[in-house]
Amino acid sequence: MSITTATREVASDQHAGARLRRMLTANGKVTFGLAVVLFFALVALVGPLFVSSNANAFGPDIGVGPSAAHPLGTTSYGQDVLAQVIVGARVSVALGFITGFIATAIAVIVGLVSGYYGGWIDETLSMFSNVFLVLPALPLAIVLASFLPYKGPLTIGFVLTITGWSWGARVLRSQTLSLRNREFVTAAKATGEPGWRIIFFEIFPSEISVVVAQLLGTIIYVILAEAGLEFLGLGDLNSVSWGAMLYWAGNNDALLLGWWWWFVPPGFCIAILGAGLAFVNFGIDEIANPRLRTIKSGRAKTARKVVAP
Amino acid sequence: MRHLIRRVILYLVALWASVTLNFLIPRLSPGDPAQALLARRQRNGGLSPAALHALEIQYGATKDPILTQYGQYVSNLLHANLGTSFANAEPVSHVIARDLPWTLALVGVSLILSFLIGTILGVAVAWWRGAKSDTILMPAFTFLSAIPYFWFALALVYLLGYTLNWLPSNGGYDVYTYSPGWSLGFFFSAAQYAILPALTIVVGSIAGWMLGMRNTMITTLSEDYVLMAEAKGLSRRRVMLTYAARNAILPNITSFALSLGFVVSGSLLTEIVFNYPGIGYALVQGVENKDYPVIQGLFLIITVAVLLANFLADLAYVILDPRVRGEKG
Repeated sequence: MSITTATREVASDQHAGARLRRMLTANGKVTFGLAVVLFFALVALVGPLFVSSNANAFGPDIGVGPSAAHPLGTTSYGQDVLAQVIVGARVSVALGFITGFIATAIAVIVGLVSGYYGGWIDETLSMFSNVFLVLPALPLAIVLASFLPYKGPLTIGFVLTITGWSWGARVLRSQTLSLRNREFVTAAKATGEPGWRIIFFEIFPSEISVVVAQLLGTIIYVILAEAGLEFLGLGDLNSVSWGAMLYWAGNNDALLLGWWWWFVPPGFCIAILGAGLAFVNFGIDEIANPRLRTIKSGRAKTARKVVAP
Repeated sequence: MRHLIRRVILYLVALWASVTLNFLIPRLSPGDPAQALLARRQRNGGLSPAALHALEIQYGATKDPILTQYGQYVSNLLHANLGTSFANAEPVSHVIARDLPWTLALVGVSLILSFLIGTILGVAVAWWRGAKSDTILMPAFTFLSAIPYFWFALALVYLLGYTLNWLPSNGGYDVYTYSPGWSLGFFFSAAQYAILPALTIVVGSIAGWMLGMRNTMITTLSEDYVLMAEAKGLSRRRVMLTYAARNAILPNITSFALSLGFVVSGSLLTEIVFNYPGIGYALVQGVENKDYPVIQGLFLIITVAVLLANFLADLAYVILDPRVRGEKG
């Protein structure tokens, strides 16, 4: 490797690094949201290494409030709440992201295929996704989960994939509809590119921001719905997760006993993680549509009219 | 009209899909829950041959071909025969008739309240953009939008119910003093018991309407006709309400319809926290008792309710949007 190419590479690396940094910090909401999401991802990844090996292990201190030994108190089985919250992050974060990815992948395939081909393919797929859109998801998830004999993350992931893909498919379909007659698609068609290549290598990259927004929205849905299903006792109750913690807290009268440290932390974590993801989403919205930005100073009226480029 | 007809066809297909899902889920589930269930019922005794046969039809334990089973199932539904509860041999239609009014009243009132308040807040925040309210309300509402309904409900029960003892937080009315009926005392008791669950649903769902309205309102405010209206010297109020908000509300009504299912889901969980005597509470009791006829019947009625509400939102859209109204079919 010659010196010049090496320097050029370093320079382009710096350039890419700077661009990445600018992208991440250009919008305060995105920065904040990413920081929150990263924090929870870290907790999920390495957190369990720092707490006792079995967060479900019963202990001698029953239902004590926050103290030095138990920063977030203990449950009525003597389990350490902080340890449970940290270990529980793993299930919630992993399940949320994996299921979110799978559901979004389905949404991308259905939405793009339906929008690109049109005709009876579009009619059929749209009808299909619209039906899933109007069917109430959680009741359907409850029915599915109550009939499936195996309780656990797989069941919940399956149920939430089935109920979580349709909104993204609908949004991506209309996005694809507006793209499919653009010049670059026509050009690709003229050069004889096959349909699947046009869909996934020409159209898909140009609507990646919409896909990311759908992905984040789906992850929020999955994390909230997962907690709901687990709270109803439809998850694996022997494993440690935020939803299962809330289930046990509810079933052991934590409210009546006034043990707030048992049910406040897991729900708070869900809300913070969800809000972090929502912030990233709104930030992306603002980057894509500058008019939505919160104006810091100056009179709103003068800035309202944005001239299209 | 064409728009409406297409929507109605969609709802009919959705209804058919939910009926069919209800039919297929017990049959496709691995481990054959139906057989296990029937065996359990048989062991416990107390099932008449007719009741047993009805159960067999419902769960596909008969040897009939699947299409015949499907026909029997649908014909049972058409005769409003949703089966009987395993838990107390009560017809499922009675369970629905008893519990549905509670959920309809609770969810209906809180949904309308949160939609109205959220939309008005969204209009205001978009209009006075850049003011303190925007920078404070936006993050606050983003956080609210991510709170699980049932967790907020738990917090309310703990704070306002048990600790401060301001409001009742358990059940639908004062069961020791009143019985359900058309008496004023019962009505006030029910209203009092509904405050906390309603507050949960309003707070849980308001952020979505507010953020959605803010975004469409901001987009609308930069339209030329709004600028024109301002240039003509129309009053600010008029520009804000009849020029901008009037047009910005259309996408919000669409998202209102689409997120109905989400709100209904949230209110199911809310009912459970408050032991509210509605559909959601009955559904979860059904799940706990493995009371499949109740689970399926309630799922159907929830679906029908959501589809009907969607249809109403469509009607509202047609009334509000002259372009759809004028469309020739």
